[in-house]
Amino acid sequence: MPPQLPISIAGENSLIVYFGDQPSAEIAAQIAQTAEHLRQSMADRLIDLVPSYGSLLVIYQPLLTDHFRVRQLIRQALQQLDKGKGEDSNKAPSQSGALVSLPVYYSTESGPDLQSLADRAKLSIDEVIAIHQQTQYRVYAIGFAPGFAYLGEVDERIAAPRLATPRQKVPRGAVAIADRQTAVYPAQSPGGWNLIGLCPQPMFDPSAEPSMPVQVGDRVTFRAIDRQEFIALGGVL
Amino acid sequence: MRAGFSVIQPGIHSLLQDQGRYGRHNIGLTTGGPMDSQSFHWANRLCQNSPQCAAIEVTIGGLVLEAKINTSIALTGAAIPLSINKQPAALWQSHRIKPGDRIELGFAKAGCRGYLAVAGGFQASPSFGSQSTVAREGLGGLHQDGKPLQAGDQLPCAESADQPANQRLAQAQRPNPSTDNSAHCRVILGYQHQAFSSVQKQLFFSSTYQVTDSSDRMGYRLNGPAIKPAVDGILSEGICLGAIQVPADGQPIVLLADRQTIGGYPKIGSVLSLDLGKLAQVTPGGTVSFETISIEQAHNLLLLHQRQLDCTELEFVTAEASDNDQS
Repeated sequence: MPPQLPISIAGENSLIVYFGDQPSAEIAAQIAQTAEHLRQSMADRLIDLVPSYGSLLVIYQPLLTDHFRVRQLIRQALQQLDKGKGEDSNKAPSQSGALVSLPVYYSTESGPDLQSLADRAKLSIDEVIAIHQQTQYRVYAIGFAPGFAYLGEVDERIAAPRLATPRQKVPRGAVAIADRQTAVYPAQSPGGWNLIGLCPQPMFDPSAEPSMPVQVGDRVTFRAIDRQEFIALGGVL
Repeated sequence: MRAGFSVIQPGIHSLLQDQGRYGRHNIGLTTGGPMDSQSFHWANRLCQNSPQCAAIEVTIGGLVLEAKINTSIALTGAAIPLSINKQPAALWQSHRIKPGDRIELGFAKAGCRGYLAVAGGFQASPSFGSQSTVAREGLGGLHQDGKPLQAGDQLPCAESADQPANQRLAQAQRPNPSTDNSAHCRVILGYQHQAFSSVQKQLFFSSTYQVTDSSDRMGYRLNGPAIKPAVDGILSEGICLGAIQVPADGQPIVLLADRQTIGGYPKIGSVLSLDLGKLAQVTPGGTVSFETISIEQAHNLLLLHQRQLDCTELEFVTAEASDNDQS
């Protein structure tokens, strides 16, 4: 890691740390670790953290601290990151973060864009499904809607641009691809991603603790299930 | 919790709001909370509430409630005519209420967001620790579904048997909305401000922007001289309250209480929170201008503002004074 990552002012009570311009598993892991460290060291002085692809927004309580002190605490957290790297070198970034496996019923019935995506990629539907399952994805960011996790990176062969006209209604659980990202829609919403299947596992449940199965920095794999198993797991077509 | 008030008419758009939902950005939840946090603060304070209590944010007006209990209420913020049992009642002041009282809000004459607080606060079940209503997320509010108040809703609150004398905030202390539908916002430069040339910055800070129709609790979309950063888009990153993002068309958007948590447009900086209440009272067609301040000035202003809040004492009022003091 470079010794001095840029830390910029965002607002009256926020600083943003830039880890890099290209999202990667390593950066996602660093952001998750820095966030965890700051939760401890800042305690009551922390209002919230927003981890994203290449940055971490740190929102602090300006009546209890100031940007000088928070900058220092961020630097200390980043130093810990370097130290941790030295002491625990056998723990590669690719192994950090929880590993979550999500079931998907891939089909033209549950994924209305599967055929057009396969046609565009000059692949068979089965090949698209196989390639989508081959990658271990990383949660780069959570946003857009409660529980919407952006996963990267999708194999170039099945990357596809957003639909020219977004759908008014994408169903809850829709597994989708946009460019080199994939996601599971946590709730019914409008959306322009290419739909390739349905996941029966809830991605956001306000009554559950935790309310999401994944957090930023976690690793996600998808595994194909058939129609029967999808229904058995509570899926709705 | 028993019903304290029945909603007879919900008005244009009335939302339960407490201070907001914090610590949940990691699962993509915005904060919500009052658009004009100073008026919200005073509504609670007039009811002798803690600042965390939930009140009703009334946009434009039209809310009609019937009381079921003995309690006190206060209305602050936009200049919305208030009447209790058809008798005009003052804003920025608490009023004792008894069962059967009819509380009617007219429509805003200046500003657009009023805050109606009740002694002890409204007490709906929280979602993720907050009652704040966020329509886009379907979270918070009376039924924890993000919906605004509806006719027939029963608002839970506690009976306040030991009612204090009516109190008001001195005229000079009231953060009244501007009478000319404008706001001047102090801005802390930040984020990608270095991607805006000095010419672009001068243009932004010397221009007057108009608030457009597509302004809401998520953000105020402005119209005026286009400003262009040297970058088109950025990796999506965390957005703080008041951030000013500039999409490709060069028209700035000030992101507010229901803002998205991450976004990929360049940002020039963020508006000081103390000025967001004034901005949130501006209606479409109104005007906004900006000036820069340093982060140190911002910190000082926040500390002094808190000190001012702590040191301001409310005035007691007699029944006659309250009836004659329309604001």
